Parts: sequence; C-alpha cells; structure tokens
Amino acid sequence: MRYDATLKVNGRAYPVAIEPGRNLLSVLRSEVGLTGAKEGCDDSECGACMVLLDGQPVNSCSYLALQADGREIVTIEGLAGEDGDLHPLQQAFLDQGGVQCGFCTPGMLISAKALLDRNPSPDEDEIRLALSGNLCRCTGYSGIVRAVQAVAEQR
Amino acid sequence: MSAQSYTAATSVDEALEAMATGARPIAGGTDLVVGARGGKAPLPDALVAIHRVSELRGIREQEGGLVLGALATHADIVASSSACELFTALADASAIVGSHATRTAGTIGGNVMNASPAMETGGPLICFDAVATLRSASGTRRVALTDLFTGPGRTVAEPGELLTELAIPTPKDGTGSCYARLEYRRQMEIAIVGATAVVTLDGGTVRDARIAITALAPTIHRVAEAEQALNGSDASDAAVHAAADAAAGASRPISDVRGSAQYRRAMAAVLTRRAISTAITRARGGRFPIPASPALHGAVNGGAA
Repeated sequence: MRYDATLKVNGRAYPVAIEPGRNLLSVLRSEVGLTGAKEGCDDSECGACMVLLDGQPVNSCSYLALQADGREIVTIEGLAGEDGDLHPLQQAFLDQGGVQCGFCTPGMLISAKALLDRNPSPDEDEIRLALSGNLCRCTGYSGIVRAVQAVAEQR
Repeated sequence: MSAQSYTAATSVDEALEAMATGARPIAGGTDLVVGARGGKAPLPDALVAIHRVSELRGIREQEGGLVLGALATHADIVASSSACELFTALADASAIVGSHATRTAGTIGGNVMNASPAMETGGPLICFDAVATLRSASGTRRVALTDLFTGPGRTVAEPGELLTELAIPTPKDGTGSCYARLEYRRQMEIAIVGATAVVTLDGGTVRDARIAITALAPTIHRVAEAEQALNGSDASDAAVHAAADAAAGASRPISDVRGSAQYRRAMAAVLTRRAISTAITRARGGRFPIPASPALHGAVNGGAA
C-alpha cells in the first residue's frame, strides 16, 4: 500500500505516494527527481546520501521517507543561491581542490554545512572529526579540510 | 523491504494501540532501516512511527536523578550539561555513536531496545543503575537495565511494550566515570571492544566501582570480579590492572570480520584499564574531555564529575 506525503525539499513542496519501507534517498532520487544525494554504500557508512532534515544532518539512505512528511529537507541542490551563485563552501571546495570524482561531494558539503551551522569556527581536528562520517576515495581529504577551514576563517 | 503498513502516532496511547495490534515502533531508523537494507532483518510488516510523540522527547532533571525520554537523541545527551557532568560515561558513549548524522536521528530508546551487545550506551546505563519504563496497552512496568538484555537483539520486553523513558539516579559525590571503545575508524564505527567504569572515591579509597564490558559477550554486563578488585583499594595502578585483567577473564568474545576472539580478549584488558583510569581521574576532579563533544555539539567538556 502507498501513503501520501509531502516532502518539502529546498523550499518547494513535492506531493508523493510511497510505500512504507521506502527510504528518503530513493524517494528524493526517483520521485522528487533530485539526484544530487548519492547512494554510496547503502549501509550508512559513507555519508554520500547526507541531507539536512529540519536543519540536522541525516543519512537519507537510512531514514524512512514517510517520517520526513511535512518536514524541511535541504539537499545539495538547495545549497546554491536562487541566482545560481555557489554557496561559499561549494566555491571553497573548487578553489582548494576538495573535489575529484565528485561522488562524495554532495554529502561532504551537507556535512560541512551542518558543522559550520553548529560551530562557525572549528579547528582542523574538529573539521576532520565532523567529516569522518563521510568517506572520500579520491582527494585524500586535505583539500576538503582546507576548504572548510577557508570558509570558517571568513566567518 | 517488507513493511506493508505505516502509521505515525502523535501520542503514546496511539502508539500503544498500534503496537497492541502487532505494529512495531520506529524512531530514528538508524538501526532498523540499515538492518533491513543490509539484509540483516526485514522491516516489520506494520510500522508505527513515534518520532512525532512529543511526550517521549527531551531530557529532564527530577528529584534524585535524570530522566531521558525514549526519543532523546545522542546529540541531545551530549548537549546536556547534566549528562556530561553527572553521567560522563553516558556522554562519552553517545558522543561516539555513528556520525553527527546518526546522533541527530538515533534515539536512546532505539539504541537500548535494539539490544546490540556492541552498542555504546548500554554499559554506562547499566553501571549507573538506569531503569527503563516499559508501557503497553495493558499497563506499565519498570525494568532495571541490568535485567533488560537477554541476548543479541533480545530483551525482556513483550511485543506490545514500548520503552517510554529511562530514569538514572544521580551518582554519589566523588564519582567519576568513563566509557572507552576500541575503534578502527573515528566515526560510523561500532565497538570492537568497549568498557565502562563508574568509580566512587572516598578520600583515596574506592568506595564503589562498577565495571561493564561491551562487545565481549552475548549481552553487555557488569563484571563482579573486576569490581571486587577495585572496591576498598587505593585506586593504585596494581588495583586497576587487576580489575582490567578480571574483566578480560570474564569476557566470552566471538571471532568475526572485525576481530578475533583472542584479540578482543587481549584488548578487553587494555580498554577496561583505560576506562577505569579515566574514571578515577575524573573522580579526582581532573579534566578529561568527552570525545568529540566540543567539535560536534558545542558542549562544554565534561571533566570533573
């Protein structure tokens, strides 16, 4: 049986009809049509599917879509401004070499945003610790950490 | 995934009504959904979501202790100054559950009722004499955490019973505590071996010691021989070593992909020693930061107990 729900994603309401067992990631990608959040491990290990739910980071592969009914979701597509200007974190990832293949980047950026929303001026160890739920197989993390540090220093 | 029906409860009574007809509760989903996707256990046929039940939220102080609502998240616990100061081992444990994306969704009620022998908060809750309130459509009962777990993934709770809150009595003055974990990764990790120590000092003498081992037996449990090795002692290195060796001796670990039984037993002594030493340091008023808490939660370090 399918249940009606409304997912508010990046400020826009999306009515969906979904089965109880569907996770938020699959509904975002298949029903809402936003494919920025990625399915990496599908086991809540890698953080590639991370989104903000009512402002808090959540691994969307491990969260039931129906439980997000009526709540505010922010995906990577919601980070840039309406005029298309990149979020400071996105620009810093580009400037500092924080992106290679790009698969981990949506989750990494959401995770970094969640950290800076909570703690605007983290030190390097705090950044590394906060992002250690997000796996990257390309960059060696240095560029990512530099990027978050650069944004933290601007604040 | 096999779930066929779903209802979102807005009160405990609504949740209990659904559970009386066979529905199983889901809160943060960080164990249930992952377990289903990994093929470990399918989702229950009927789900009742309890994340909107406001009466299950929050952490409150009450006469003689602290009450954790079943929906208190690990992030809530680490952000609670009472939890950090009085129940430091519990804050240690909640601070290292999953990643920040797990701690904002994962709840203490779900963590306890999932009953993993490797879960982080069980040892601290047992050592602090926490009591769970289990409610069903037909009544309410209270079960000490030390009596709750019966095996991996199993508790004494009946299918219609919902954990609604955990009450923890305030420890005596002079108490320090610590939960320590062996991990291969800083986040998104489950204990390979874990140890809890809650130590109450009276002058230089150990008046009361609680030691529990995690991921070393089918259930998390206290080790009486380890506690006896510390009780009445002067908290010397020799006493700490004797207690840690007793904890390792009481372990019955399994071998799996994350570690052999032999390795786990060897590490049991190391981790128990660390937990006891840190608990003693904290009981003496020394600072020893809760892992990760300042970075991840903006909370003040819980040093002195």
